[in-house]
Formats: sequence, C-alpha cells, structure tokens
Amino acid sequence: MRKSNNSIRYESRAGSISVTLLTWFLGLLFFFPIFWIGLISVRQEVDAGTFPPKWTAPFTLGNYGEVFTAGAKNFLLNSVIASLLSTIIVLMLAYPAAYALSIKPIKKSKDVLAFFLSTKFLPPIAALLPLYLILQKIHLLDNIFALAVLYIAMNLPLSVWMLRSFLKEIPKDLVEAAELDGASTVKILYKVLAPISMPGIAATALICFIFTWNEFLLAINVTGFGAATAPVYLVGFVTAEGLFFAHLAAVSIVVSLPVVIAGWAAQDKLVRGLSLGAVK
Amino acid sequence: MSVLNHSKKENRKRRLPLYPALILTIILTQIPFVVTLIISTFHWNIMYPKETKFAWFENFKTVVMDDRMRAALKNSITLTFGVVFFSTALGLLLAILLDRKFHGRGIVRTLLITPFLITPVASALMWKHIMFNPMYGILDGFATQIYRLFGGEGVIAWDFVSQHPLVAIAVPMIWQWTPFMMLIILAGLQSQSPDILEAAAVDGANSKQIFIRMTFPHLRQYIQLAVVLGTIYIVQSMDFVFTITQGGPGTDSTIIPYQIYLTMFRKYEYGEAAAAGVIVIILTIILSNFALRLTQDLLESEK
Amino acid sequence: MKSRNRVIAISAVMIASLTTAVLTVPAKAASTINVLMVGNPQMKDLQTLTADNFTADTGIKVNFTVLPENELRDKVTQDVASGAGQYDIVTLGMYDVANWGGTGKIKSLDSLVAADSSWNKADVFPSMIKGLSGADKKLYAAPFYGESSMLMYRADLAKKAGAVIPLHPTWAQVEAAAAKMNDKKNGVAGICLRGLPGWGEQFAPLTTVVNTYGGTWFTKDWKAQVNAKPFVDAVSLYVNLLKKYGEPAPTQAGFTECDNAMAQGKAAMWYDATSATGSIEKASFSKYAGKFAYAYAPTVKTKASGWLWAWAFSIEGASKQEANAWKFISWATSSKYENLVGEKLGWTAVPDGKRASTYANAKYTAAASAYYKVVLGSLQSADPLNPGVQPRPTSGIQFVAIPEFADLGTAVSQEVAKAITGGQTVKAALDKGQKLAEVVAAKYAK
Repeated sequence: MRKSNNSIRYESRAGSISVTLLTWFLGLLFFFPIFWIGLISVRQEVDAGTFPPKWTAPFTLGNYGEVFTAGAKNFLLNSVIASLLSTIIVLMLAYPAAYALSIKPIKKSKDVLAFFLSTKFLPPIAALLPLYLILQKIHLLDNIFALAVLYIAMNLPLSVWMLRSFLKEIPKDLVEAAELDGASTVKILYKVLAPISMPGIAATALICFIFTWNEFLLAINVTGFGAATAPVYLVGFVTAEGLFFAHLAAVSIVVSLPVVIAGWAAQDKLVRGLSLGAVK
Repeated sequence: MSVLNHSKKENRKRRLPLYPALILTIILTQIPFVVTLIISTFHWNIMYPKETKFAWFENFKTVVMDDRMRAALKNSITLTFGVVFFSTALGLLLAILLDRKFHGRGIVRTLLITPFLITPVASALMWKHIMFNPMYGILDGFATQIYRLFGGEGVIAWDFVSQHPLVAIAVPMIWQWTPFMMLIILAGLQSQSPDILEAAAVDGANSKQIFIRMTFPHLRQYIQLAVVLGTIYIVQSMDFVFTITQGGPGTDSTIIPYQIYLTMFRKYEYGEAAAAGVIVIILTIILSNFALRLTQDLLESEK
Repeated sequence: MKSRNRVIAISAVMIASLTTAVLTVPAKAASTINVLMVGNPQMKDLQTLTADNFTADTGIKVNFTVLPENELRDKVTQDVASGAGQYDIVTLGMYDVANWGGTGKIKSLDSLVAADSSWNKADVFPSMIKGLSGADKKLYAAPFYGESSMLMYRADLAKKAGAVIPLHPTWAQVEAAAAKMNDKKNGVAGICLRGLPGWGEQFAPLTTVVNTYGGTWFTKDWKAQVNAKPFVDAVSLYVNLLKKYGEPAPTQAGFTECDNAMAQGKAAMWYDATSATGSIEKASFSKYAGKFAYAYAPTVKTKASGWLWAWAFSIEGASKQEANAWKFISWATSSKYENLVGEKLGWTAVPDGKRASTYANAKYTAAASAYYKVVLGSLQSADPLNPGVQPRPTSGIQFVAIPEFADLGTAVSQEVAKAITGGQTVKAALDKGQKLAEVVAAKYAK
C-alpha cells in the first residue's frame, strides 16, 4: 500500500516536536492497560492486588505454567479450527459474490449489498435462543463445525463488502480481455484477479480472524467441553472464592496473543481493509 | 450502463458466483428470525414447561410495559451514541496525528491499534478488576499515590463504577473502538493525493484551509463508514455491561441485549425474550434504513 | 457454459464438504464424562489431580468445563432445563440443588449412595445431607466442599487496639471492635462486609444478620417480611457498619475484594465464608497468613448464625453415563480424595467442610489448627430447615429456595446498595424490596 507522504507541515518545527510528544503520549496511554496486565501476569497473586500499585515485584512465570497445565491447549485448538475454517469458507463464498457485485455488477447489486449489510443489524442475542434450539434439535450443540458455520454467517456480509471494495478498483479492461480470450469465470477469479487482489483478501481474512477468535456470546452458549473456544477458557479463571488477578492477566495475554500478533504483523492491511467501499 | 447490454444468459452467468454466499446468508439469518417470531407468541417459561401455551401478542405487551426494558432502551441509545461519538472523534484526532512523519510512527501506531485486538471479554474483566476497582484498581491506586505525594493521608476510593455506571462502561468501549475508527480514517487520509495537497500549498493555501477545504470533505465518507460500522458492532456488544456493572445500580446501566439475556437466563421467560428480540429487530430495521441511507451515499459516490 | 458448470461444481463441492464437516459429530468414547464446574481453587485442584488418579485407576476420561458462578448458573439452567444433556455432571450450589431437586431434571442419588458403601453417607454432616435434598427428602447432590460463615480478624491489630472479640460474639461486640480497630489514616477498615449487589454476594452475609435479628424474607404461609422491623434493624446495622467502619467503596466489594483487603492488610475484620481460610492463610496469596484469629458468626437473638453452603455434584437427568458419573462423584467427594489432596497439595487445600472424618484427621487438624474448631462448630450448628426464630416456607439459611429468589434478592440488594451509598434510607430501600417480595409471595400463597 502507498505510504503516506503528503508531508504538508501543518505546524512549525517547535510545534512539530510537541505534537510528536502528544502522539507518543496518547499511544502510551492507550497501551498502558495492556502493559499493566503484562506486568501483573508475571507476579504472584499476593503482589498483583497491592494498593497503591507497585511497579516492581518478584518475577514468576507460574501463572503461565498454570494456564497451560489447566488445559489451554484444547481450547486454543478449537479457536484455531473455528477461526481458520470459518475464515477460509467465508473467503471462498464472499470472493465470488464480491466479484458478481463489483467489476461488472449484476442488476440490483446495490440492493444485494444493502441486504448483506442489513443482516449485520440483526442482534446476535435475539438469534441466540432459536440457534440454541435448532442446534439442540439437530444434535449439533457443542460441535466446533456448527460453531464455525455460525461464524461464517457472522462474517460473510462484511467480507462481501470488503472484497467488493478491492475488486472494484481493478480495471474492467483486464476482465474483458480475459473474457475475450475465452477464460472461464473460475479462471478469471482465481488466475487473473486473485493475484492482484491478494492484499484485499488478506485484509478481509484478518478482520474475519479477529472477530471470530474474540467472539464470546455464541461460543459460551452453544458449546460444551468439546467445542469451547479460548475466550470461554479465559472466563474460567474468574472465581468468586479467592484471588485471581495474576492468573487472569496471564490467561488474557495467552488468549489475545494470536490476534495481537496477527494484527501487529498486518496492520498496513488492516488500515486499508477497514476502509471498505470508501477507498477510491 | 453496461449492465443493460448483457444478454439474459450473460446475466445469469454473472449472478451465479453470488448465489452460494447469498443463499447461505439467507438461510442462516432468516430461519432463526422465523423461529424467534414463532416463540414470541408463546408463554414459555423453561422452569414451568408444562404451562407453555399460545399467547398471541401478550409477550409484546409485557415487554413494552416493562420498566427495565424501557430503561434499557434509553441506556442503549445513550451508550451507543456516546461511544460512537467519542471513539470517532478520538479516532479522527489520532489518525491526523499519525498521518505525519515522526520518530517511532510505526511503534505508536502499533500501540494504538492493540486495544482493538485484545479479546473483549478479557478487556472487560481487566477494566473491572484491574483498572476500576476502588479497592485495588490502579485508577484509584495512582490517584492515591498522587494524593499522598501532596501530603494527603489515607486513600482515594472513588467508586466510579457505582456513581457513573454508563461512563464506566463507555470508557473501556471507547478504548476498544477508537483504534477501529482511527484505522478507517487513517486509510482516508492516506488515500489523499499528495500532489493536489502540495499544489494547494504552492498556491498559498495555509494548512488550516487545506484541512477544512480539502481534507475534511475527502474524509467525510470515511467517517460515515466508521460511524455505520461502529454503530453496528457497538449497539450489539454486551460484554462490558455483563462484566462491569451487570446493569446496575438498579437499572442505571442495563442495555437491550443484556436485558434480553436476563429475560432468557434469569427470568427463564423464553417467549418474552423472543418478543423483545422481535421488537429489537423491528427497531434495528428502522435504524438500519437510516444507516443504509448513509451508506447509499458511499455507493452513489462511486463512478 | 463450461465456466458455469465449474462454478456450480465448486459451489456444490464446497457446500457438500461443509455439510459433511458439520454432520461428522466426533464420536464420544463410552468411557468419557463431561463435568461442568465453577472455577474455585478446590475445583482447579480436582482438575489437576483427576487424570493421574481417577482416570488412571478407572479408565474413565473426565472433561472439565470451568466457568464463573454467573455463567455457570446460566449454562446449567439452559442445559438442564432444556434437557440438552451436554454434561453428565454439573456443579450446583445448595440453592440450585433445592430448586432442581424433584423436577426430574437432575437424578436422585439415593440408590447410588445406598449401593456404594465406600462413600460412607454416615460420615457426611447431616446438615449437608438436609441442604442437598429436595422437598421430597431425596438426595440430589453430593457435597464437594461445604462452608459456613464466621468472623475472621487480625489478632495483632485487635490486641494493639484493645478490642475484645469473644469466641461467640454478638453484633454489638463486633461493632465496638470495628470502631476500635478502624484506622482510616493507615487505610485499614474496621470491618469488611460484602456490599456488592447480588443475592449470592451482599445478601449471603446480610440474610444471616436478618435471621439472627429475628427477621425473615417470608413467613411459613408466604407473607413477605422485607420491611418488617427485624429486617430493617438488621440491614440498618449492616449499612451503618459499612458507612462508619467499612471498606472504601463497599458497593463494589464482594468476596474477592474483601479477600484481597484482608490479604493486603487493608481490613481488620471480615465476616464471610469459612472457605476464605484457603486464601488468606496461603502465603502466596496473603501477606498476613498466620496472623488471623477466628470467631463464630455474630448473633443477636439466635444461638448460632452461620450460613450453610456447599458446592456439590449432581448428575443430569439426560445423562446416559449414570454409573460412570457416580464413580467420579464418589471418588471426588470421598475422604480418600481429601487425603490425596492433603498429601499432594498440602492439608490446607483439602476440600473440607462436609465430612466428620476430616476433622478427626490429625494431619488436617494440625495444619488447620487456627480455625478448624470454629469451622466444625459452625457447620454442625447450621440448620438449613430452621435458621431463624420462626418457621420457614422453604429450606435455606442465606437464601430462599425458590427460583424467583435470585431475581428478587438481586433487585433488593441493588436498593440496599443505594442505601449504602447514601442515595436513600434503609427503610425506603426495604419498602421497595417489600413490594417486590409481595409479588413473589403472591405466586406461592395459595
């Protein structure tokens, strides 16, 4: 993506230093809660809840050890399956759909787009009860693939929008030329367009991954032991009897880490991906 | 429009790739809706399954007359509006700040987007216990340290969550959603053509004029998009209410999704919960029509 | 033409593979049971000890799902009431057992207990058996650990302040001691009490105060008594204690907050669950481990005032693994398991409070010498069928065993919280509570 070099100086040099400092300050301020979690995740419980807070305390990795011995593996694995599977299928479905709605849009493509977006307005809480009852009827409660299907429905609309915004930037000539050569739709999609729209596909995948990995409401309600995901595992560390902050901090970091790393690594794509149809 | 020139067969071929996604979306969103509609017409308390009976529209009456539900509606609107407004404003500010060259720009951007990546349930628990708690949270903790620095004695134990429950929910939500808004607006800023801006500068326009006359109009559609997308996710989010205030004190911070949850899981009234769900869907259809008009702008502005 | 076919083919393959993926339900081995638990420390220990001991001995694999109390209760309700049967064993509190027992949604354990002499029912405290039986007198859950309530305090601070706390204190004596030990300057509260709204938070200790003042939520014939004089007096005492000598921001303080306050030396006294010893006497949790002394739950009109609670295991009605589920329950709630915990993790970590034999074990009593006598006495004197001065319509000391109580108790506790912060008087709070209680009472008074 194009690096911003619209280096219009809005301020003098002295002003520029103070603006830089302000930016740094805000960045650190936003990050501070996460920094603090990291700090207490390597403390014993007795040092995690001191008041007023202390900056230093004896170091221990015991909390992380307990997070893994208590069985984090299964839950993380479920999260990986649900997020990857649903993300891949969302892309496989949304990419052709976005094609139909973008380069040479079909009739009523705007209505279809509006319909996709309108499904995002349906509150998941209202769907929870029917989904639970349906899944129970067809014996698919606590099934990781069933959860993945729900996640597909959750992310499909936004993905269609995002992918469409990338595809419609591609010159029409390219597709028309391929069509003249007798290329099939499949070939156009996967041979001609896919390589150019890879950044868009990656951005969409990342957004899907973030939303599925972090999803909690459906995960806790339609899974039992077999299909429970990482956020469900996380809340298990909250107890009404005894102290849990240091453990909670450690498990929060473990559960959030995959998404945080993915987001950090692909932040340029995030910037672009999230701007949807607004990107010219 | 080129669309008109296509033959019927050609049109069908063009529509084909759309169907798998469209059909799956229709099945997965409309079936639950129909089931909700059916359940909403029954008296159905899961604790007393034998007393289940058809009830016409009584559940809707109960929901509309319920004070808690009305309080929830009011809070939902206030909270959504507040969070969307402040996170968009902050996101705009941060995006402008980040759209300059300075030392460590990449690091600062990395720091700023992280709140959006953290699992919301973890964020909510962290804000409740580690930040806000008046007995061991760092908010009052650092306040106490500063207070003592100036010779104060004892502790500061500001019970922020009880006194301003909606603010206590809004702050972590703004923290979580500001990066999201910032990213969208940043994309807008970076898509401005630098040549045009430089030409304007050469023509003698000052930076303030450039921002107001050129940058801001360019950003408008990005901000609209941020508002629409943010609203969709924020209005439905209940992780923070569930964790931080449980809707209290009284009904001061309860919101619609949480109230439906309570009706389902604490009152065990499935019929009422479904009726509330139907009402919410109707309200969101109205809301989404409004929002879609905003996005229509986005669609129209394309060539 | 060709391309269309291919698109159709690909879509068909995708949908077909998706459908197969969904329909391939992973087969559950016959010797696997699913257990739903709260995340309390004793359960975490159980989780770590199961594979190497229970599974190694019996070949039965145990899958644990651990959730916090609220989420657990919601999930149990959903799973048990809908008969989904995702779990073979669910962990229930005494309140939940009372609600579910007799509905057919959880299984009676009587025949299983009778056939399993190793479980030794006679060893389990009678109060536990009573509290975990339904209205039909059948046993519906086996206690994993039990607790009563007691007064915990810092012996060193009491001595320094000259506060006298007898083994069987009255609330007046506790108030006097709180006044003496309250040390705002050093940030030490005279007493920590739960003010956090919630029927199981604030109203657990508060209802025991109501009981000993002679009050009750409902009379035997379902008359609501929430704004009657004894109820108002009890709540006034509680609110005043919090206002004058309580922890900072009491309406945000539940068990965890008071636990931390004691562990960090921010409170001198704490009236709460006996199971708190597991945390405040543990050096990695508490800075003052070893400095605490213990007294019985404070009283006014009754002889004893401790509550009774147990986290207990029930078998879901829809479970198809009754025999294996009982094998696990029997093992986890046995004295054999207590010994295993004692040897492996230390004797203070034992899930205690349910069996007489625990308190006859010299190793246990040596490790728990500071508190075990008070705990044992409290458990023995707690009577879930007759906790106050008047007959009650249901069982339960710190709760009323009806499904509506969770909602009612929580709503009233929100009003009391408002009284604690000074937003209204205690009387006004309880007048509102009375109205809510009357609605519930009307449902039952037939």
